[in-house]
Amino acid sequence: MNTKELEQIAKKVRVDIIKAIHAAGSGHPGGSLSAADIVTALYFDEMNIDPANPKMEGRDKFVLSKGHAGPVQYAALAERGYFPVEDMMSLRKLGSKFQGHPNMHYVPGIEMSTGSLGQGMAVCVGMALANKMDENPGRIYTLLGDGEIQEGLIWEAAMSASHYHLDNMVAIVDNNGLQIDGKNDDVMTVKPIDEKFKAFGWHVVVIDGHNFDEILAAFKEAKETKGRPTAIIAKTHKGQGVSFMADDPGWHGKAPNEEQAKQAVEELGGEW
Amino acid sequence: MEKMATRKAYGQALVEIGSENQNLVVMDADLSGSTMTKEFKKVYPERFFNMGIAEQDLYAAAAGLALSGKVVCASTFAMFAAGRAFEIIRNSIGYTGANVKICATHAGITVGEDGASHQTFEDLALMRTIPKMTVVNPSDGVSAKKLIKQAVAMDGPCYIRLGRAEVPVFYEEDADISLGKGNLLKDGKDVTIIATGIMVNEAMMAASDLEKEGISARVIDMHTIKPLDEEIILKAAKETGKVVTAEEHSVIGGLGSAVAEVVVKNCPVKMAMVGQMDTFGESGKPDQLKEKYGMTSKDIYEKVKSLF
Repeated sequence: MNTKELEQIAKKVRVDIIKAIHAAGSGHPGGSLSAADIVTALYFDEMNIDPANPKMEGRDKFVLSKGHAGPVQYAALAERGYFPVEDMMSLRKLGSKFQGHPNMHYVPGIEMSTGSLGQGMAVCVGMALANKMDENPGRIYTLLGDGEIQEGLIWEAAMSASHYHLDNMVAIVDNNGLQIDGKNDDVMTVKPIDEKFKAFGWHVVVIDGHNFDEILAAFKEAKETKGRPTAIIAKTHKGQGVSFMADDPGWHGKAPNEEQAKQAVEELGGEW
Repeated sequence: MEKMATRKAYGQALVEIGSENQNLVVMDADLSGSTMTKEFKKVYPERFFNMGIAEQDLYAAAAGLALSGKVVCASTFAMFAAGRAFEIIRNSIGYTGANVKICATHAGITVGEDGASHQTFEDLALMRTIPKMTVVNPSDGVSAKKLIKQAVAMDGPCYIRLGRAEVPVFYEEDADISLGKGNLLKDGKDVTIIATGIMVNEAMMAASDLEKEGISARVIDMHTIKPLDEEIILKAAKETGKVVTAEEHSVIGGLGSAVAEVVVKNCPVKMAMVGQMDTFGESGKPDQLKEKYGMTSKDIYEKVKSLF
């Protein structure tokens, strides 16, 4: 798929995110919007998947380790045809399949229930090991928050993925620089992220996480890298695409009101 | 009586299951020589993964393998499995229903010389609060092997508590042991001792001493803490009118609490509990520690007498 098409889809994904979080009255728009281009690239170009057969043998798998960005995964799955977009408007409501953090048993296409930070990454180590054992060609992708990598488990998993030469695994860091309490740099320094992964034996690519050419090239480079896993450090902006949410930690976990949601959707070229 | 540590039975069981079940994967966190997963590693190195001293990663990666179709036995000491990795087990194994068997060794006071930092009395309490989790605490080598095989054969998360110390093997090889079913070891009419793990043998000794004083004690091996065999408990409570529980675990939250929850709701009777009395342990020989911290046949005997 060309980058123009991907950009258009990413806009739709962002509109779905805004509408669903507004309808829910709570949720995490900032980190969902920052990851929208990466997740769109995965579901619409990179991954070998089949919406008509979510459990297809040999498929690639994506685990949203930063599970609080659930709306971006729901929106990408909906736009990809796993279920109608309207379904995800029940986000966070009692009885909804669309839980505040993704549940693998409720929503087709979700490979792992996440939400507790750090675990998705380590679960991917197990999935990648299993595929190696079975000579299954499926590749394993996970998206981490840059705040999330403060979790010790991330580095336990980084060590084991490298030790077991899991070149079928890719970890993308959504490096928007912000977390709930403020800037990473103020809360707990995570820099230098690239050097850290390199030191753990990973192949590292640093990209602009809103540039589809760079995103796709990084995935290609990961595929060509043998003997070790790849970390893609994607420089992003929290709240990307919505002027008043951009780079503001205040929008980590807050729903837009009707006026704000309307403005956001209009900015994204969507219909309210 | 022959003696054997339940962890040794675990090592043997893994090799036996591994030959029949190609889907079995075994994992450890740098304790394969102690948990006995080394036995499996020797025979099936391609299906064994050492995750290093990283228990969170051990159980999260185990979930990933299980969700990819494997059945996984993942081992470390009980303190670091149920304790350190609790929330990983809760969210990535319990909540997802991943087919992981958490085979935790070196539980309880009989860890001995390593002392309080390694003696866990909280694991049964922690594990039984997780929905979908089956919780098993075998009492000897024979029953351990049978229960481990049954746990691997069932689908879903299971916590299996195993010990370091050699304990008497009192079951015959052909004994009928079923996951989820309490085992009536000795009938009696005056009181029932419901025991789990290494305390089952102590309960049998206590029952024999009580018999000499004219007290007829029923003894039940409650190897499965969850799902709990309520039927055998309520029958015992109704028929004997008194219940004493015995476990190598805190009296808070473990077998004693689980039995009390059933009894108090359905058939309140006098109860007493033998176990670790809300305190930490210390270094010493297993037998010395059992005596000091009140987990011997004598303690069961005395608790029973206190109810009369």
